[in-house]
Amino acid sequence: MMGMDRRKFLKIAGLSAMMGLGGKAAFELLAPGELEASLKELPLTEGKKWGMVVDMTKMNEAIMDRCIEACHTLHNVPNLGNPKEEIKWIWKETYEHTFPGQHHEYVSEEYHGRNFLLLCNHCTNPPCCRVCPTKATWKRDDGVVMMDQHRCIGCRFCMAACPYGVRSFNWGDPRKAPAALNPGFPTNMDYPTRSKGVVEKCNFCAERIAKGQLPACVEAANSVKPHTLVFGDLDDPTSEPRKSLREHYTIRRKPELGSGPNVYYII
Amino acid sequence: MYDGGKIIVGLIIGLGLLLFPFYYNAGKAAKAPDPQLTPKAKEAKVCVEETEYMRRSHMSLLDTWRHEVVRDGKRYYTASNGKVYYKSLQVTCMDCHSNKSKFCDQCHNYLDVDPYCWDCHIEPKENK
Repeated sequence: MMGMDRRKFLKIAGLSAMMGLGGKAAFELLAPGELEASLKELPLTEGKKWGMVVDMTKMNEAIMDRCIEACHTLHNVPNLGNPKEEIKWIWKETYEHTFPGQHHEYVSEEYHGRNFLLLCNHCTNPPCCRVCPTKATWKRDDGVVMMDQHRCIGCRFCMAACPYGVRSFNWGDPRKAPAALNPGFPTNMDYPTRSKGVVEKCNFCAERIAKGQLPACVEAANSVKPHTLVFGDLDDPTSEPRKSLREHYTIRRKPELGSGPNVYYII
Repeated sequence: MYDGGKIIVGLIIGLGLLLFPFYYNAGKAAKAPDPQLTPKAKEAKVCVEETEYMRRSHMSLLDTWRHEVVRDGKRYYTASNGKVYYKSLQVTCMDCHSNKSKFCDQCHNYLDVDPYCWDCHIEPKENK
């Protein structure tokens, strides 16, 4: 006798089908490029409103320089040696210039002339995106104010619209930047440069968050002192930046303009 | 006809100059482009899609990739054989096809197309 009743047969058949399917799906997903497949859906890539908290109580000049170096090396941002043609994604500015509305002549010595770390605020209501005639800059669903260099026509409306001065214009070909100031430029062979006549700015390391990595500045700062820069999803009440915002008093740059900057400073 | 001789001689010389390129190149076919594969590309055997498709439609594939990566943030491509690739001209394509002058430029020059990819994207260093 076969020794198997209908019920048992169905059970085994069902189980094998499930195993078979699971096995095939897993094989298809993992076998061809395991690394890529495993990177595909990391929780960090699913933010709805990326934001950053800069803890100025932990920040110092050396850390800021490290952040700038990390970002500009990664994104092939040239040093043109001429402040009028300067290109910057992340930079330092004094308290007076960072928070013009907050400054007064009796400001504490600690903040008088102290440098702050500035970058694109990835505003909730970005004025740069409203004025762009080609949609070369726009706000992504995850909150990143992105640049599409392929579409930029270099009209510089966005530069006029941005109240924070985060945008830079390429007056010349960045690859013709003075070699003495840019050893080994382009420094990152895995990232493009820009061309003459386009505007550029911080992209919140969109290419890194897509892989589940933290922005380069965050990584650089936190390798020196943890939690100096806190990056995460502001829409998630349990996220690191939200925790930081709950626990500390923070200020933003020019919030009265209504652009809704998403970079916060603990002072 | 005044100065008829001069005019006719001029016409003949002019016509000769005009037709010289045809006469000069007669019977010679222009060298057909011969894109070369790197050992790495040869070993891989397949590109992200079928060779025939890539030959015909790589430009539209790249255009789609560019759009999806930059505008939609979708950075991984699932090929028709199920394999997953990182959508990047500079990182993925040029990793195998690291011989731009012998691979890309061969046909692009022949067809006199001048894609502006390399204004920004960095071409691999080649030992020419």
